[in-house]
Amino acid sequence: MSAIILFTAVSVAQLMLTTAMAISSVRMFYGPRAQDRIVGLDALYVNSMLLLVTFGIGTGKTVYFEAALVIGLIGFVSSVSLAKFLMRGEVIE
Amino acid sequence: MIYSAADIPVWMAVVVAFFVLAGAALALIGAIGFLRLPTFYERIHAPTLATSWGTGGIMCASILFFSVAGGRLVAHEVLIGVFITVTTPVTFMLLARAALHRDRFENNPKVPRRTGPVKL
Amino acid sequence: MLPYPLLTVFLLVMWLLLNRFTLGHVLLGGMVAVCSSWAMAALRPDKPKLRRWYLLPKLFGVVMLDIIRSNIAVSRVILQGRAKEHRSAFINVPLELRDPTALAILSIIVTGTPGSAWLEYDSRNSSVLLHVLDLVDDDEWRDLLKNRYEKLLLEIFS
Repeated sequence: MSAIILFTAVSVAQLMLTTAMAISSVRMFYGPRAQDRIVGLDALYVNSMLLLVTFGIGTGKTVYFEAALVIGLIGFVSSVSLAKFLMRGEVIE
Repeated sequence: MIYSAADIPVWMAVVVAFFVLAGAALALIGAIGFLRLPTFYERIHAPTLATSWGTGGIMCASILFFSVAGGRLVAHEVLIGVFITVTTPVTFMLLARAALHRDRFENNPKVPRRTGPVKL
Repeated sequence: MLPYPLLTVFLLVMWLLLNRFTLGHVLLGGMVAVCSSWAMAALRPDKPKLRRWYLLPKLFGVVMLDIIRSNIAVSRVILQGRAKEHRSAFINVPLELRDPTALAILSIIVTGTPGSAWLEYDSRNSSVLLHVLDLVDDDEWRDLLKNRYEKLLLEIFS
């Protein structure tokens, strides 16, 4: 019984998160300006990180946690460096 | 190590399912708002839904599931939660400042001017 | 011996969360935490002065509740769509806080809460430019920021 409840909930959640990722990438492609695209990228990686954690709950493996942590770390660095690039025109001054 | 979903009691499965669905729903609402809101400064409010309780809900679910299924406290998801909570505002502040800078540079009338003398 | 006790404790807790809680990991993590707090001391960052650290859990609780409340409010604004027009605006709030750590915490609180974003802090006249998604009343927001968070932060970092 609990396996069915969890399987259904995790599948629906994965569907929602995938839709969220698709919407973020739409904004990333059509975003009128560069800052919209960067926020889109940020939302995309946050959603993909959440998707990985739900995969972890669904399969019962703890490996996905590490992948999620790495995505979070790298996504943060990339968004910050892109924001810095917008502000100054170069990343490393 | 693999934990099986059949090991946890039904009421706990319901709680975990609630947290997962709440987190995913908040992330989806954030994405919809991100698509629908008209200006950039309004749009940056929408993804914080996913990074505040969207992340919080899914992390709570993961902590509960692995702690109950494994029989010991597994709380490393707290790290992702703390990390996301602390870093997302940094990204958004930097982006907002970059956007303000660009809009002011283009003399966009909808953006407030700098207060005080301009630093060169 | 320990230049940054809080940092050392946090590093040790992080080590134990990432690994299992065993005596070996406590020793290894403690060693790593102490060594990296010495490395931090070599960088000489400004030491934040936490006067009343016991108020931190209260701040945490207040912020968590407010984030839940504003999550619901922002979800409503987004889902209602065009049925009800929201009014977003920039507001300028003068602050009394001067401590950089306290300002950093305040900015994380404001930006982390959906519905408000911290755009720019001006250190010359120490005011901050915020953007609010659903602004009903300017003074209400200033009041919220000043009485709810700034007062508590001033008490913690006075």
